[in-house]
Amino acid sequence: MRITRLAATLGALTMALAVAACGGDDEGTGSGSTAKGIEGKAASGKLVIGVKADQPGLGLQSGSTYTGFDVEIGKIIAKGLGVPESGIEWKTTVSANREPYIQQGQVDLVVATYTINDERKKVVNFAGPYFIAGQDLLVPTDSTLTGPESLAGKRVCSVSGSTPAKRIQEEHKDAKLQQFDTYSKCVTALAGGQVDAVTTDDIILAGYAAQEQYAGKFKVVGKPFSEEPYGIGLKKDDTAGCNKINDILKAAATDGSYKKAWDDTLGKSGTPAPELDASKLSNCA
Amino acid sequence: MDVFSDPANRDVYITGFLWILKLTLAGGAGALILGVLLAAMRVSPVPVLRGFGTAWVNIFRNTPLTLIIFFCYFGLFSTLGFSIADDIDLNNFWLGVVGLSVYTAAFVCEAIRSGINTVPPGQAEAARAIGMSFRQTLTMIVLPQAGRAVIAPLGSILIALCKNSTIVGTIGLMESSNAMKDLINANGNAVIAIFLVFAGTFAVVLIPTGYAFGWLAGRLAVKR
Repeated sequence: MRITRLAATLGALTMALAVAACGGDDEGTGSGSTAKGIEGKAASGKLVIGVKADQPGLGLQSGSTYTGFDVEIGKIIAKGLGVPESGIEWKTTVSANREPYIQQGQVDLVVATYTINDERKKVVNFAGPYFIAGQDLLVPTDSTLTGPESLAGKRVCSVSGSTPAKRIQEEHKDAKLQQFDTYSKCVTALAGGQVDAVTTDDIILAGYAAQEQYAGKFKVVGKPFSEEPYGIGLKKDDTAGCNKINDILKAAATDGSYKKAWDDTLGKSGTPAPELDASKLSNCA
Repeated sequence: MDVFSDPANRDVYITGFLWILKLTLAGGAGALILGVLLAAMRVSPVPVLRGFGTAWVNIFRNTPLTLIIFFCYFGLFSTLGFSIADDIDLNNFWLGVVGLSVYTAAFVCEAIRSGINTVPPGQAEAARAIGMSFRQTLTMIVLPQAGRAVIAPLGSILIALCKNSTIVGTIGLMESSNAMKDLINANGNAVIAIFLVFAGTFAVVLIPTGYAFGWLAGRLAVKR
């Protein structure tokens, strides 16, 4: 009696898991073909775009509005796909949930300081890059740190699980790494002197340095030690949508809307608009 | 499951759970000592001590643990300069232990106080009648009997503490929840597998813990 009940429970559990697993697969491959990817979705006049909510200059949420360079890029793409600004639903993504969100269809696009790399390419498709950042250090204005090689024995802060944190762990083992779940905590710790530097992509750091409450306190070292091509994530099988977004980006670079997006956001920190190199756009595997 | 065939990933996983284990043991020891002291205060005849014990329980039992841990880093360490160790991970670990102990002690105190209520008043009266002091009555007569009555609830508190330890991740310790985030961020295609392994590890460790405490409680209960 007891054994049968146990077996029944286990059986039910296994089935539940199996069903859950199937559900995941279905969504991964199925909806892409039925909805014809991003273009099919855009035809309905609505798009869900995942952006960061805590990165000044790139994707920053205040109240229910999002501002920043990533957000502007999202608007350009939506416009190119024929979706009005009112049809965009912004959704906050953090580094760890970007792939699952795309796979499950919770978001149609992700424009969230999303570095293109081979690991991620296995699960999602990338359009772009629309910007090439580099990992750098944010330090107090009077700091003597000159780059990653001077980090030995110093406390560096980054976000747990992020690419920059991983690079410090692997390539600069003599640095002491403090990890938080957000960069804002890192910047607070830097302001309080608990860490000597904050590390992540240079434009994210520039965004923090340009914040009013920290004006003049921090500087970006300016010696990027990696190349982080920011891409636009979408479903793995949506090659057509990916090509379409690349076309939109190319057009945006020539008609000046790309430069305007930069000038309105990160350009305020004084950095001139980068050139969008059309030859580097991905070939949408 | 091939995520875990990579030794680097296995390292992340093992380190994460070792931190949880250390947090649970250190936090549990701290909470037990503090909790017994607090319970003694709450039943003591001195009004100031009673007030202190009551205040502690009411403040820390009703404050979210996340806030307490957050305060340990940004309040104690960042603002007040209360540093415990030079190494970043160790410092975060001990700050976490302080937070977990302070919080869990409130629950331990209440469990022990309820245990004290199960000891018949006649026991304490008899002890006082033969001339034992309050301290002697408490440590030699009441607490040993109370302790045996509260083994099962203390087990629940320990299990809760073990799971609560993941919150220390908020101040940057690479415990299991951060380790899981790490792995998921790098292996976005294996989210469910990674989640099941992490959740499963907690279940595998904690379900037997629960049974062990239940068994112990049955063995040691005061039969009346």
